[in-house]
Amino acid sequence: MSISIKDLPDFEYVLPGSAACAGCPSAIALRMVGKALGENAIMLMTPSCAVASIGPLPKSCYSIPVLNVCFASAGASAAGLAMALDALYEKGRLTGEKPTIFNWAGDGGTYDIGFQGISAAAERNDDFIHFCYNNEAYSNTGMQRSGATPIYAATTTTPLGKEVHRKNLPLLMLEHRVPYVATASLAYPTDLIRKVKKAKDIRGFKYIEIHAPCYTGWKFPSSDTVKMSRLAVQTGSWLLWEAEFGKVVLNSPTSLLAAEKIKPAPLEEYIGKQGRYAHLADSPQKEEILAAMEKEIRRELKFMAARAEL
Amino acid sequence: MKKILDTGNAACALAVKAARVDFVAAYPITPQTSVVEKLAGYIAEGKMNAKYLPVESEHSAMSAVAAAAAAGARVFTATSSQGLLYMHEILHYAAGGRLSLVMANVNRAVCAPWCLYVDHQDAVSQRDTGWIQLFAASTQEIYDSIILAYKVTEKIHIPVIVNYDGFLLSHSMMPFETVDQDIIDEFLPPFEPAWRLHPQWGGTFGNVTPAENYAPFRHSLAADIRKAGEVIEKIAREFEKLTGHWHGGLFDAYRTEDAEFFLLSMGSMASEMELAVDILRDKGIPAASIRLRVFRPFPAEELSRLLPDGARLLVFDRNYAFGTEGGVLLAESKAALFNRKDDIKVVGRAVGLGGEDLPADFLAEKAREMMEVLK
Ligand SMILES: Cc1ncc(C[n+]2csc(CCOP(=O)(O)OP(=O)(O)O)c2C)c(N)n1
Ligand code: SF4
Ligand SMILES: [Mg+2]
Repeated sequence: MSISIKDLPDFEYVLPGSAACAGCPSAIALRMVGKALGENAIMLMTPSCAVASIGPLPKSCYSIPVLNVCFASAGASAAGLAMALDALYEKGRLTGEKPTIFNWAGDGGTYDIGFQGISAAAERNDDFIHFCYNNEAYSNTGMQRSGATPIYAATTTTPLGKEVHRKNLPLLMLEHRVPYVATASLAYPTDLIRKVKKAKDIRGFKYIEIHAPCYTGWKFPSSDTVKMSRLAVQTGSWLLWEAEFGKVVLNSPTSLLAAEKIKPAPLEEYIGKQGRYAHLADSPQKEEILAAMEKEIRRELKFMAARAEL
Repeated sequence: MKKILDTGNAACALAVKAARVDFVAAYPITPQTSVVEKLAGYIAEGKMNAKYLPVESEHSAMSAVAAAAAAGARVFTATSSQGLLYMHEILHYAAGGRLSLVMANVNRAVCAPWCLYVDHQDAVSQRDTGWIQLFAASTQEIYDSIILAYKVTEKIHIPVIVNYDGFLLSHSMMPFETVDQDIIDEFLPPFEPAWRLHPQWGGTFGNVTPAENYAPFRHSLAADIRKAGEVIEKIAREFEKLTGHWHGGLFDAYRTEDAEFFLLSMGSMASEMELAVDILRDKGIPAASIRLRVFRPFPAEELSRLLPDGARLLVFDRNYAFGTEGGVLLAESKAALFNRKDDIKVVGRAVGLGGEDLPADFLAEKAREMMEVLK
């Protein structure tokens, strides 16, 4: 499936008037997702920046029907909606093509409070796409740590830097043996759109996690959201891969990094631009910490490359 | 119409099947379990044309049926005790969202400590979530209330809990009469909501809302649930006309003629209460039983109307309103009668907690204790 940006539809999910910060990764990602899924879709949202930026009722910055659900509800609500629509279509009470149902949730709504429900929906293979836009913290409530916050990153609840590693949620979802799992990046839009289109055509549970550098929380210039997304991938801090029914394929440039055909971009270029790591700059352990981070990147690359061999 | 002998849970499941529910999501908990097992069985055997979502928690059960209801499906879930408590957040969500839902709550005490048997602490703890709450006192009333609840919720867009006592009703066999499918279909046609969560309808649900819009939503929910008593009574009459089944309006009253002492209760306790009234009457005490069928909306005016000048109301609560002098019904009754100018008196006791047995002679004795207090 080759995707060309100029062939994408004009149709927009995010309308002018969104209250998101300028350069918000959620808004950028959702625009791309809209181009892939089209108008016949229903979006469920958990409390997050993406909800806070809808704009107050009776207006909405999203052009498709939205169900705002509670924070831990994404997995069950999307499953219930998908199944209820199946029942109504089978009984002939609704006609036409069944809409695509998808969750738009943050890492808080996915990794932490919502994980139980999402894991259960994956295990049941319920028919919807769960998108996690991962900005590596609870942005909406002012940047508290989440299970997706990387080690050493400062947040308002880890002011000295996080002491433990993030979870590897895409990997956990993969091992639920669902039809489709993918990671994506704003800096690789055609890869992202291709993955969303693929997910749309598969019945069952699909998980797509989009890395979402948030300038407000990570503290970098608002014009650099996409640049930061690209550096995350080029340094190996964010890996691009997809898996159909458990068969993992690494996507470029992650595949090239794993095969050592290209060298990772220097990690300092990525984290050095982010205020959340500023405390590392004058730490006496800076070199040690950077070395440990690079080692972890190599470990994850190796791990995923080996997982792709299965 | 067919008379059968079965449990309260079986009556509940048969009513859900007869209501042609589209979607069920549930999580097992004693004593609710056999309701959802039966429904899963009906669906698997093709006896019921619905989808069953075996969720991993009650928070998820309510999240699933709420979203399904937003799409305009007729939905059902059932729970008890901890499960109902675990749903609390989504109970508010469903009522605030004016979703049409029916849930059975098989009443059971709450933890700690663990206790499997009946009291009403689970239900009364959800008092202010905006749900209508009915309390049934027999298998027949469970069956009829479930069907009635769908008619009510689809008319006024307020979700309904049908409560019935764990084990005493859920697991004991009693004869009841099922209603012919064609009569139910006439009473309860397919749900056609004005709006569905679907691209053909458009719209956004549950958006961030400023006070000027939020407050009117809440005021209208408050006003509509107060009016629900009338709707419930009217629909119960309609059901009676089709089936002959009648369990009382908002209250089920017993031997109220010339009564001075009114013994107020909810749920299955009322049948022993009627026997207690007989015991008291035999001793020359003018007692009556009034059983509250509709806990939410609380029928304050009807209660006052039932009680003559100078009446003595003896309240039997199967729950506590902690931090007050007794249970929730006591506080509600006092509030309901506050504006009375006569010397009406109200007293209450919390009894039957955690399934404590409530035979008629015990209830009669409790009533006499309360009468002493009022002297
Ligand atoms: C049950 C519950 N607990 C807490 C909150 C408060 N809350 C709203 S959004 C949010 C954080 C959201 O984080 P995430 O899902 O990562 O989305 P982001 O804000 O980062 O976009 C929190 C804690 C809530 N709405 N509900
Ligand atoms: S804080 Fe971050 S995620 Fe939230 S709206 Fe701003 S840029 Fe977007
Ligand atoms: Mg986040």
